[in-house]
Amino acid sequence: MSILVTASQALVGLFVDDGSLAVAILVIVLVSGILSILTPDMPLVAGAVLLIGCLAVLFANVMKAAQE
Amino acid sequence: MIWTKAAPAVTTAFLSSLVEAVEALTIVLAVASVRGWRPAALGALAGLALLLLIVVALGPLLNRVPLHALQLVIGVLLLLFGMRWLRKAILRAGGVIALHDEGIAFATETEELRDQARQQETRLDWLAGLASFKAVVLEGLEVVFIVIAVGAGRGLVGPASLGALAACLVVAAFGFVIHRPLERVPENTLKFAVGIMLSAFGVFWTGEGLGVPWPGEDLAIVAIAALFLLIALAAVALTRPRVGAFP
Repeated sequence: MSILVTASQALVGLFVDDGSLAVAILVIVLVSGILSILTPDMPLVAGAVLLIGCLAVLFANVMKAAQE
Repeated sequence: MIWTKAAPAVTTAFLSSLVEAVEALTIVLAVASVRGWRPAALGALAGLALLLLIVVALGPLLNRVPLHALQLVIGVLLLLFGMRWLRKAILRAGGVIALHDEGIAFATETEELRDQARQQETRLDWLAGLASFKAVVLEGLEVVFIVIAVGAGRGLVGPASLGALAACLVVAAFGFVIHRPLERVPENTLKFAVGIMLSAFGVFWTGEGLGVPWPGEDLAIVAIAALFLLIALAAVALTRPRVGAFP
């Protein structure tokens, strides 16, 4: 049982280290997804939001971690 | 297969596997130094067998998933995985958190195994083999994920696997020859570069999954990676203003 718990923790740990970064990434993806549905004629808008959002989230998260 | 299409996937798989293989090798060597090569090798081989089983089981399933759904799921997982790596590499390069040291990892693992040896001598071979097995499986899972993630969206799992295999063989050969952890491998620089590539792949695949027609098609990955590099270097410079900005 403990092996399964360890394996599950390791698996989650592959993708989530800082919870706030993971949540922020998922929010950006969600917003991009909604935009891609709302603006089917301008799919690049969703792409731009996705790219700029991820860059901004990374930068902000690193700066916050450095200050702490 | 066009080399310019395969190159980013193969390079990313090679570099990330290099990092993971170095970390796994450190543990396997620690096991071998305490208890000999037999449990270390058996544990490592069992770990490789389990990884092979996972790949064989997962491979055919991937072909059944619709392409856009596959790209979206893999893209999001890559974003989570790659940006986690990149964040840590930036913080290490900026001196906010300590660099990963293979020498210290080797000493810690060796000491833990010796402690276990003092407490339960009879089960030590089994425990040593398990430590080796766990290291290979945990680091190997990351390799498997990266190979699938960078290769599956464009049918490049084969070339990406070859890149990963080449890295593992290089590290295994060095480990076999020098019998010491590879402390001189610039792990954080590699993680920094791989984090940038994985994050770029993540944005690209997620966008593809959402139906974004990236300008320049696959070449957009290089442009996205350049933007991540720019932001990452700026973040390093700002977190470590008095020291050089290169990771």
